[in-house]
Amino acid sequence: MADTVTFKNEIEEIAVDSLVSRAEELIKAGYRFSQACAAYIDDKFELSYSFSNYDNYDLLNLRVVIDTDTEVKSITTVVPAAVFYENEMHELFGVKIVDIALDYKDKLYRIKQECPLGPSGKEEA
Amino acid sequence: MVKRSVIPFGPQHPVLPEPIHLDLVVEDERIVEAIPSIGFVHRGLESLIEKRDFNQMTYVVERTCGICSFQHGMGYCETVEKIFDVEIPRRAKFLRTIWAEMSRMHSHLLWAGLLADAFGYENLFYQCWRIREKVLDLQEMTSGGRVIFSVNKVGGVIKDMDADMLKAILETIKDVEKELKVIKKTFFDDYSVKSRLKGVGILTPEQINALGAVGPMARASGVENDMRRLGYAAYSEIDFEPVVSNDCDCYARCYVRIMEIFQSIDIIRQAIAKIPDESDLSVPIKGNPNGEAFVRLEQPRGEAFYYVKANGKPNLQRMRVRTPTFANVLALCEMLKNTEVADVGLLVVTIDPCISCTER
Repeated sequence: MADTVTFKNEIEEIAVDSLVSRAEELIKAGYRFSQACAAYIDDKFELSYSFSNYDNYDLLNLRVVIDTDTEVKSITTVVPAAVFYENEMHELFGVKIVDIALDYKDKLYRIKQECPLGPSGKEEA
Repeated sequence: MVKRSVIPFGPQHPVLPEPIHLDLVVEDERIVEAIPSIGFVHRGLESLIEKRDFNQMTYVVERTCGICSFQHGMGYCETVEKIFDVEIPRRAKFLRTIWAEMSRMHSHLLWAGLLADAFGYENLFYQCWRIREKVLDLQEMTSGGRVIFSVNKVGGVIKDMDADMLKAILETIKDVEKELKVIKKTFFDDYSVKSRLKGVGILTPEQINALGAVGPMARASGVENDMRRLGYAAYSEIDFEPVVSNDCDCYARCYVRIMEIFQSIDIIRQAIAKIPDESDLSVPIKGNPNGEAFVRLEQPRGEAFYYVKANGKPNLQRMRVRTPTFANVLALCEMLKNTEVADVGLLVVTIDPCISCTER
């Protein structure tokens, strides 16, 4: 039989102000960054930052729910791997992420429509 | 002080099957920094949730990639099945495992051919792709499609493999194994191949973890992360160990992928030996999904990540796919530092980039 693992797969809701510090805690605790994504639901942004522990395959998803005009501090200061993900959230959804280590300034994807998956994109659709 | 120049690499380049652009900052011939740009083929597949219901999205998601098509469909279905909290029939799990490993075989053989082409060994390239054709023929025989299978559905699979098909698979993979052993010697022992791959493009385990690299990229640097160990599909009933190397260079990445083809052959044999004789291929799914789920699985290029959120309506609220190449591009840029411009083409190929897949 395969040596498969039993793992946790949880969502932890946190305040936007504690995102960077919580990400740093997880990195120090042996987690590594897996992905980040945004969703525009009920006039709010839901941001999910996922961290995996490759020793036990646990998956922890940090969830931040914010108003569309709230600024979010980039986690790239502590998680360099988040660069593309944060640029994507900014460009496709219009999430106001500040201080991204490598800011593509809406040119990560070469798309004509501004923030197609965010509030302005939904209005146009 | 050496003067710095910037050399644009891509998006159109003979070694690139798909478009990615790199600004290579060089001092003489040595690269000191590489700045990536993607976004030339962004398709907006994730936004199609507004126009397609959750069942139709299965066929949209599997068009994320022409190589890992089956695995994208499976990943999406596993995620929606998790929201429904249903367990698919055992036979469907084994069928998914067989198709998934066939996909890995043909993906790695495609990559091995591209690598051979990148270091100028055209005969080896032809041989890899000739062998790959046999796997594609198996895919066509079992699913009807050589690339896009369309066999997954939420709740199971829609096609079965009869006894003759399973027998044909066993015979073909025996041939593939025999031929692969021959080309393996060239990849692993040939002087000119080694001289291009050994000690080039070093990525330490610390860099892999910091930059979030996944799949064979990570396993070639001693980071043992293989999502098949999570036990999805029928992997909980299959005996396998992740292929890992500690050499951290291009040769190690080649070693891991070639050995994973042999591993896939072994997994397919185990799956065929254990597949239960059942008639049910799917479970009925009633209503619409309501909830959210995160699912990871191991594609040929590494860990793929799926997120689905639904509110009980036919159309999903959010569907997200994070493909392995999306996670590996930053590691590529780190790998390029302190290498020669002449090696860039080869180094880009060693991450097995799938840019269309990345941009969804």
